[in-house]
Amino acid sequence: MDHIDMQQLKSGEVNLGTSIMAVQFDGGVVIGADSRTTTGSYIANRVTDKLTHVHDRVYCCRSGSAADTQAVADVVHLHLQMYTQTAGAPPSVHAAAAIFQKFCYENKDALSAGIIVAGWDKEVGPSVYNIPLGGGLFRQPWAIGGSGSTYVYGYCDATYQEGWGRDETVNFVKNTLALAMSRDGSSGGVIRMCVITEDGVERLFVPGDKLPKFWEGREVLGAGKTIPIDSGAVPMAVEA
Amino acid sequence: MDHSPMNWGRPRNDAVDLYGTYPIPQRPYNGSKGSFSAGVQHTQQPIVTGTSVLAIKYKDGIMMAADNLASYGSLARFKDVQRLQAVGDYTVIGASGDMSDFQYIQTVLDELMVDEFTAADGHSLGPAEIHEYLSQIMYARRSKMNPLWNSLLVGGFKDGKRFLAYVDLLGTTYSASTLATGYGSYIAQPLLRKAVEGYEDVLTEEEALKIIEDSMKVLYYRDARSLNKYQVAKITAAGTSISESRSAETIWSFAEDIRGYGAQTQ
Amino acid sequence: MTSIGTGYDLSASTYSPDGRIFQVEYANKAVENSGTAIGLRVKGGVVLAVEKLVHSKLLVPGANRRIQTVDRHIGMATAGLLADGRHLANRARDEASNYRELYRTPPPLKSLADRLGLYVQAYTLYSSVRPFGISTIFGAVDKDGPSLYVVEPSGVFYGYHGAAVGKGRQLAKTELEKLDLASISMRQAVLDAARIIYLVHDDAKEKEFELEMSWIGDETNGLHLPVPKDLFDEAERKAKEALETFE
Repeated sequence: MDHIDMQQLKSGEVNLGTSIMAVQFDGGVVIGADSRTTTGSYIANRVTDKLTHVHDRVYCCRSGSAADTQAVADVVHLHLQMYTQTAGAPPSVHAAAAIFQKFCYENKDALSAGIIVAGWDKEVGPSVYNIPLGGGLFRQPWAIGGSGSTYVYGYCDATYQEGWGRDETVNFVKNTLALAMSRDGSSGGVIRMCVITEDGVERLFVPGDKLPKFWEGREVLGAGKTIPIDSGAVPMAVEA
Repeated sequence: MDHSPMNWGRPRNDAVDLYGTYPIPQRPYNGSKGSFSAGVQHTQQPIVTGTSVLAIKYKDGIMMAADNLASYGSLARFKDVQRLQAVGDYTVIGASGDMSDFQYIQTVLDELMVDEFTAADGHSLGPAEIHEYLSQIMYARRSKMNPLWNSLLVGGFKDGKRFLAYVDLLGTTYSASTLATGYGSYIAQPLLRKAVEGYEDVLTEEEALKIIEDSMKVLYYRDARSLNKYQVAKITAAGTSISESRSAETIWSFAEDIRGYGAQTQ
Repeated sequence: MTSIGTGYDLSASTYSPDGRIFQVEYANKAVENSGTAIGLRVKGGVVLAVEKLVHSKLLVPGANRRIQTVDRHIGMATAGLLADGRHLANRARDEASNYRELYRTPPPLKSLADRLGLYVQAYTLYSSVRPFGISTIFGAVDKDGPSLYVVEPSGVFYGYHGAAVGKGRQLAKTELEKLDLASISMRQAVLDAARIIYLVHDDAKEKEFELEMSWIGDETNGLHLPVPKDLFDEAERKAKEALETFE
């Protein structure tokens, strides 16, 4: 049987197994991430910060290779500083996302990076952009990413509604990430969130022992019952 | 046959992924692969993909359709993506295959159209020129063993003439009065041919739309990477127009009475 | 021209003792010898107009255009050496294209003027090149609305409500100042632009000229396009009429 090499990362590479998320609401965006970084099944860092500043009002959530996504975020950070100096004004979220997309697309052979870019700008207010593996660019009202996200698409589709305020949006992000972290072995630790508005960036933190809890009942109903020892049953007589 | 664009150009491997559900792309293996593999390590694979595009000729011009889904393996990841794009005043292109490569093609064509506009020489590119340009790009990239992973339809109307042609990741081109990409080339193309061939000059807009709608419905019934939300483009003497998203009416009621798979009756 | 013969005017990389760069000043002379070009930034957009002097009756009408298109929404008009204008237009197109590719958004004119200012300035630094013999009026409608910039041979650039370069710039500026640029329509601006070009044209020294006009804004859906023939003809006719009543 031929074997397909499923390995995604260079051997020994640090992986952001990851559950990440960004949601836009009326006055801003809420972004969030778990804090687990793994090498294989070993947790290399249990308190990672995957919410990365690239400009005053633009952040990104990183998933994939830690090395790749840090390198890309650093280069974009550089570009946005250059932009701010030459244009004399902060960049739009779209411009920031376009630069991320450029690097992810042009180096798709070499990178494993799934990045969500989110923030606030003067032109369009809050916005969220998703840049998945191949380097496409997609604007979305909410975006999820990383290995944990596949477990919570249904939850997000069923729960998300337009017109939420800040607090409802924060709760949505918190609950979604907690659900993803509970099912995905590559995600876990704490939840970090940022609320990005015109006024600034507010950091929120949910410790690993204070995560929202959902159904944790028994996996099989009625499994506790056992057959009584003295059931009155008598072994069948067998002729010798 | 395996129609998933993720598996285009590679042998099917049932042992590993029977249903073509594996969404994570293979990264090039960085270690040694033997004496002959040291050279080029391109020819990746599509990741976020769009499925079929359909197009037909009719009396007034060209009609084209594509759904709004961008898949990530078997995950229906983006559900309001536009896969039809007007290029200049006379042309619409429709793309299946990798959506990041399609976005790249869109930027290349936009750059081309800006260059043509700034030249201000009284000439404008029509569908035939755009199709030829695309075919040269696609063939050049496949020759670098780094193809743009798409099948594209180019439809247009200029100087009183209809134009409809195909180009794909290998640089292959052909033209016909009905065209379809991907899964659509197996499922929709026979339906389109039967309805259109010989009637290109008499089919009205309403009739053409009905043919497109029926084919999109069948594709939704039978293509597991499709979505019942699609757009229809029209290219006529009046120019290009791309509709709002719409849905086909589907029928499921007959299924209620089905019991078992043979003799079962309840 | 007291500088002639002093040796300080032979290279753009040499200052005169009182801190001037004569080669740049000579470049400005090349601009002053050219037919006038003006730009008007008005309510819904920008209008560019050029007095193109026709030195020979043998030339094909409409040849050697001095208004060029940089991007869908950006136009430019030059005064000075025609070929320098062509070169700068090509550079401007490259800059606009690069900006588009990086940021995936149409370049704002401010950024473009900034980059072209740097480019033009680089030609004032080396002995092996000569400065550009043109002043360029850039007009655009971008995310911040209509805007108008002038890039000079020294590399400096300024934003304007109304701009004039070339032979008749003084009179043109006086006329532009009389207009209420912030509130007139694009159509009115076209009429005023044509009138000003006809007014500043000096019949005594130059015989023939062609009027060139383009606009960008609400009327053109944000594209830089030539002024349509009917409006152009009307503007030209009214300009000629105004000339008769002016004297």
